[in-house]
Amino acid sequence: METWSLVSICVLLCVTVRWGVSLNSYSGAGKPPMFGDYEAQRHWQEVTYNLPVQEWYFNTTDNDLNYWGLDYPPLTAYHSLLCAHIAKLINPEWVELHKSRGYESSAHKLFMRATVLVADLLIYIPAAVLYCFYLSDGSSKKKVCTLLCFLLYPGLILIDYGHFQYNGVSLGLALWGVLALGLGWDALGSMAFSLALNYKQMELYHALPFFCYLLGKSVKQGLMGRGLFLLVKIAVTVVVTFALCWLPFLSDPSQALQVVRRIFPVARGLFEDKVANTWCSLNVLIKIRSVLSADSQLYLSFACTLLAVLPSSIRLLTKPTFWQFKLALVNSSLAFFLFSYQVHEKSILLASLPVCLLLNDLPLMAIWFLQASTFSMMPLFLKDGLLVPYVVTSLAFLLLSTYLFSALEHSSEDELRLGGYRKLFFCLPSLDLACIVRWKFYISIVAMAALTFTTVAMAPPPRLPDFFPVLVSVFAFLHFLGTLIYFNIVQFSSPPSRKSQKKNN
Amino acid sequence: RAAELSCLCLSLSDSHSTDFEVHRNWLAITHSLPLSRWYYENSSEWTLDYPPLFAWFEFGLSHVARRFDPDMLDVQRLQHRSPPTVLFQRLSVVCSDLCCRCVREQKPSRDLLKRPSFILAVLLLWNFGLLVVDHVHFQYNGFLFGVLLLSVAKHLQSRHLQGALLFAVLLNLKHIYLYVAPAYGIYLLRSFCFTQDNTDSSVRWSSFSPARLAALGVIVTSVCVVSFGPFVLLGQLPQVLSRLFPFKRGLCHAYWAPNAWALYNVLDKTLVTLGVRLKLLQEAELPKASMTGGLVQESQHALLPSISPSVTLVCTLLSVLPAALSIWLRPRGARGFLRCLVLCALGSFLFGWHVHEKAVLMAVLPLSILAVESREDAGIFLVLATTGHYSLFPLLFTPAELPIKILLMLMFTLYSFTALTSLFSGHGSLLHPLEVVYLLGLVVVAIACEIVYPLTPWQQTLPFLPLLATSVYCALGVCYSFVRLYVILLRQEVKSKQL
Repeated sequence: METWSLVSICVLLCVTVRWGVSLNSYSGAGKPPMFGDYEAQRHWQEVTYNLPVQEWYFNTTDNDLNYWGLDYPPLTAYHSLLCAHIAKLINPEWVELHKSRGYESSAHKLFMRATVLVADLLIYIPAAVLYCFYLSDGSSKKKVCTLLCFLLYPGLILIDYGHFQYNGVSLGLALWGVLALGLGWDALGSMAFSLALNYKQMELYHALPFFCYLLGKSVKQGLMGRGLFLLVKIAVTVVVTFALCWLPFLSDPSQALQVVRRIFPVARGLFEDKVANTWCSLNVLIKIRSVLSADSQLYLSFACTLLAVLPSSIRLLTKPTFWQFKLALVNSSLAFFLFSYQVHEKSILLASLPVCLLLNDLPLMAIWFLQASTFSMMPLFLKDGLLVPYVVTSLAFLLLSTYLFSALEHSSEDELRLGGYRKLFFCLPSLDLACIVRWKFYISIVAMAALTFTTVAMAPPPRLPDFFPVLVSVFAFLHFLGTLIYFNIVQFSSPPSRKSQKKNN
Repeated sequence: RAAELSCLCLSLSDSHSTDFEVHRNWLAITHSLPLSRWYYENSSEWTLDYPPLFAWFEFGLSHVARRFDPDMLDVQRLQHRSPPTVLFQRLSVVCSDLCCRCVREQKPSRDLLKRPSFILAVLLLWNFGLLVVDHVHFQYNGFLFGVLLLSVAKHLQSRHLQGALLFAVLLNLKHIYLYVAPAYGIYLLRSFCFTQDNTDSSVRWSSFSPARLAALGVIVTSVCVVSFGPFVLLGQLPQVLSRLFPFKRGLCHAYWAPNAWALYNVLDKTLVTLGVRLKLLQEAELPKASMTGGLVQESQHALLPSISPSVTLVCTLLSVLPAALSIWLRPRGARGFLRCLVLCALGSFLFGWHVHEKAVLMAVLPLSILAVESREDAGIFLVLATTGHYSLFPLLFTPAELPIKILLMLMFTLYSFTALTSLFSGHGSLLHPLEVVYLLGLVVVAIACEIVYPLTPWQQTLPFLPLLATSVYCALGVCYSFVRLYVILLRQEVKSKQL
């Protein structure tokens, strides 16, 4: 069958899955007074439509920042404004100032879900299609398989179409950035990434690799001449993009400052709720938040993040190839997730996107990580009433991806790039590392299924009401730590083909 | 194909329909009431109108249902819709579907190549009609069609007794399969009871085998006894039959199935309107417009003669007769039987009494088997499947379901077109240009009905208009496919006569 028809069927299938999930409940459904992220997005439409730009980020009588105040950069606000204009055309009640608080109806739900789908169709899905076709290798059948698994990643679908957010926009823009850099269009890539940054500040997790890659590339091209020209071009693009996005706020420095204060809330503490990162997991043993002062918490997390990110960034600076770039994206976002300040569990999506890029190259590890990342958000899905979509999409993704990539058959030591581990375990030469990895994978999947079942079916012990979410977080944390170590080792080991070439020479 | 099966579960969404309530009610009836009251219970408007074996199936399900939510089994609780209820019912459809699709996978195809069998598997498993009717609208057709196809498979394998048994069971699960009973009857009589043919394929009366006939009889009667037995003993047979065959429901369903009677109705209406405009008729003399009221009831035609159940029976039998005769006079083995089956299903669909549009699936699914083997059949399949599936659109009418039905329809149509084209590549396109124009016209009708119409003022005054348009447009396609299938059959007859 021709490729275009296969691709269309793939995309249609993934869109169907997305819409199917969106028919389910959303976060905060029917839960006054605060509701959830869905109400937050609706409220931002109300605020941006009815109030002038100067008041969007300020606490005024009309804009109560305690009730879902805007805490994303301006591009989100503009997007909400656009949606609000359309909402006003359909039913003005949806964005009426003050009166529309907590508005819930099936027609409104349809509208909100439709906005997510349209944004996805315009930004995320085309980027994914182009990436799979131009920047991944293999036969066209393999590319279609990659596309299918890429678009079926359950975590993003469940968060965007279930819990309700617009991660598809920021991740899609970042993906466009990666795509452009892969095709050699550096200025366009940096513009796309700046737009992503201006949509959600969490994209800063990806900023370091972009910076190091472009800097390294410019240095390689010679700092006197083409390299410098490239650097200047990129810098100008970034500054202009930022200026355009922040235009209404640049007239008054206090405006810009307030926006920055809203998008980087340093007063909120090391972590909130149960997250699968180091601090929350450490909290099980030592109560960090009470032991250290707020300032020292900030410095500690800053230092740890820097330490974790440094090796991969330096490696990327010295070797600015696309392969290193992809690995650095994974490492950087994982490091930030694990050690940074005030991390939410949804931020794992920032690490999942680069791992999706590696589906073709390292299928087993990628599938394992993507499954673990969806699993780490399971308590959130349970709270939103998304159990059934969670189970169905995870199962479908797991079965489909392991089948399509023959991940379990193509898991020899070479294919898993376990060369670095082999060096570490040199004292045990007879150890079959590939077999160990496969068994760990099986056990891990079974454990995830068992934990899901127990969280749903059993009540927690009375003295520890958060027992299951904590268990889930710690389990996921161990996976993420292992993934970070693995991808760092892969980034530092030379690709196997080069090794065999050296041997031949 | 575990991956595909799990993808099927995606349809577990929040949408409801009347059939959902119907099946919940039947769970309640079979669980809480004694056998003698199953066919008398009418506190809900959705009375039990499937044969007893299906009632036993619901009874079995109700025991599992008890674990999910005991309240749903209370007969008096109409419209009960708690989340566990929804979950359970959808799971039951999925599970029964899985069982039968696994069974269907074992269908042998000695003479089919690997690739056609894959295409066939996808066309059957992912049939848009089944997905939409079963999983979104809610019915149990998946496993019923599984039984039908298994029965056909047994015949293709020449295991006729098993095939007959399965069909008897199927008839007792859902009596709509009476549509294809003539095909089974004639085929088994001719090819099974007469063990040998003459050299020119005509009947050899001497080779009649009473033993085989007796075996068939035993199988069929024993199944019927098991299913109807308790009710005959209780003397309830007339009540059961009146529930199974409700002739008071009117010639057409609330939404007209795209069959010949839909065209007849439209003709009637146009003549009436023309007559009134041209002042040939008095408006006061005519009966009130009731067929377009969207209700299930008996109604009269205004100008053309009204159709009664016996008329429909006669028309159906007439339409099916040539096909039945052909496999009697010149049986072509199991393939001929399959073709006759499709023709019977389609003929009954076109001329039957109170046909539901979902019955078109009974013709589409067996035709898939023929479609992967012959070019012409593939072309007819594309027209019939696309038209038939589009006619199912009005089943899902909420705005939330609109993207789902469009997406699924696009996927299935795209797949069937590209797969069948690549299978039969090299001899030009599968479809005649006029057919392509007709199918593209479906898109126009779709846009007009789903998007343009709700924005016009006609929605208040003529609410039935989009349904009417869909029925009539699809009826043309269905009738056309029927005619073409007959042409192929008759052409085969003529060719074999010449030989």
